[in-house]
Amino acid sequence: MISNDVNPETCIKALEVDNITKIFKKNKNKEIRAVDSVRFEIMKGEIFGVLGPNGSGKSTLIRMISTLLIPDSGNIRIFGMDSVREANKVRYMINRVSVEASFFKKLSAMENLLFTAGLYGISKNIAKKKLMDIFDIIKLDKKRIHDPLEDFSRGMQQKVAIARAFLTSPELLLLDEPTTGLDPRAKREVQALMEKVKSESNTTILLTTHDMEEADMLCSRVAIMHKGKIRVQGDSEHLKKSVPDREKDCTLEDVFMFYTGSSLSEEEAEEFQEVV
Amino acid sequence: MNIVLRELRAAGAFIERNFNLVKRYWKWELVFFVYTVANSVTMGFIGKGIENFSDSKVDVNYLILYMLIGSILWGYLSILFEIVAETVAWERWEETIEYTFMAPVSRATHLMSVCLFSIFYGLIRSALILLTVSWFFNLDLSNAQFLAAAGVLAVGSFSFIGLGMIAAILPLISPEKGVQVVHIFQALLLMFSGVYYEIEVLPVWMQNVAKLSPATYALQGMRKAILSGESFDRLGEYSIPLVFMGIVMLPLGIFVFSRMEIYAKKKGLLKRNG
Repeated sequence: MISNDVNPETCIKALEVDNITKIFKKNKNKEIRAVDSVRFEIMKGEIFGVLGPNGSGKSTLIRMISTLLIPDSGNIRIFGMDSVREANKVRYMINRVSVEASFFKKLSAMENLLFTAGLYGISKNIAKKKLMDIFDIIKLDKKRIHDPLEDFSRGMQQKVAIARAFLTSPELLLLDEPTTGLDPRAKREVQALMEKVKSESNTTILLTTHDMEEADMLCSRVAIMHKGKIRVQGDSEHLKKSVPDREKDCTLEDVFMFYTGSSLSEEEAEEFQEVV
Repeated sequence: MNIVLRELRAAGAFIERNFNLVKRYWKWELVFFVYTVANSVTMGFIGKGIENFSDSKVDVNYLILYMLIGSILWGYLSILFEIVAETVAWERWEETIEYTFMAPVSRATHLMSVCLFSIFYGLIRSALILLTVSWFFNLDLSNAQFLAAAGVLAVGSFSFIGLGMIAAILPLISPEKGVQVVHIFQALLLMFSGVYYEIEVLPVWMQNVAKLSPATYALQGMRKAILSGESFDRLGEYSIPLVFMGIVMLPLGIFVFSRMEIYAKKKGLLKRNG
């Protein structure tokens, strides 16, 4: 496994994932090792990418960090706090944007966001002021914030989901495929927003994606996850140099193929055949 | 920040969200209101038609009100159980459940605030149903102590909430059939509690079960208040057991729900495709 450049001794550890495993039993004879002995650390202020095809265990990993799933073994610590034993303290420090922008669709964007503010103990006045700033940053049309979410495009809904995450000022932001399914313009806007966060704030971001270009552009380090296991992790330049005979024009897709034995599209096609 | 203030803001957020949802789904609220009124009116007419089945004279006004109280309590419990059960089911349908469950708010605050909303909403709805249904029958309500009846219902609501929380674990552990099972749970509760009859007509073993049901005391207390015109201070034999049941069932409901939440998080049941 390739080591990363960040010295853990000199940085604050934002997230420590220590040998976690999650197994789902489907019936007496079948079990799925969704996450298998996964171990990594993220330093404060870092954007760390977890890459892998659908079904590789990325979302299960994110759910365990979000306190929504309890690992079968291993520990997760967020700024030193245990995600199971100190779940409520951890919840103040994290927020998440997932692939589905989940909202009460009949309620307006503002009603949904003020609901979130209330859950995090933020007063309405403070939340409204904060949201106006966030809307400027994410370029959300303020005239539409009182419209029901069901009238918003997928891209706009995802922007509101990002506003929801920023509203709570998380120390650790979990982005679970935030650009999947977006049109190219919306995707570029969301990516630009992540770059802005990266350059202007000290928020730590864990980004899961199967978009290799996106990971290459945004992440300081990446881990490649395949069938529940992390196959390799490190900064993308080191990973590319580690692929024999492809040192010059190596891409993260090549890295993925080298460490998993197949391309990402082959993996997804294989998974599709299994489903069919 | 003061933790109490945080929890109060969270409670306010849950209550406001539920009011907003009622506001946005007002047409459906109207449809279900009409449905409940139709059920109550039917029960009232069953009471009115009883005389035709026998030669004996019955107090029709008493019988209609007797049936209506059963029907209205059924409607009230339906709303209360539905709202509490939908704490899980609706959020799962909207896919917001994970965001609510990862928010830093205690489950007690979450459940209690949803329940407070359901009591408030259920009481207003029940009063409106009683008013609407009264229009169909020439009822003599001059002797009725409505405030005393509402008081019994409010006191009973604490134990109903506890039961509702226990019922809410069903959609938590069974996304497909959990909500339907909540309706079965509610029907069993009312069957044992004498919703349209005195519990003395039940077999002895069912009467023993009825003594453990808060709905038994709520129904009897409400009937005493409306049919016999008893004031709240004379309804201690019904309200005191309800207070004790509330003291036991409310914390029990929170405890059981919290344990099942841990189970759901171990098994990956919060999200079906998890």
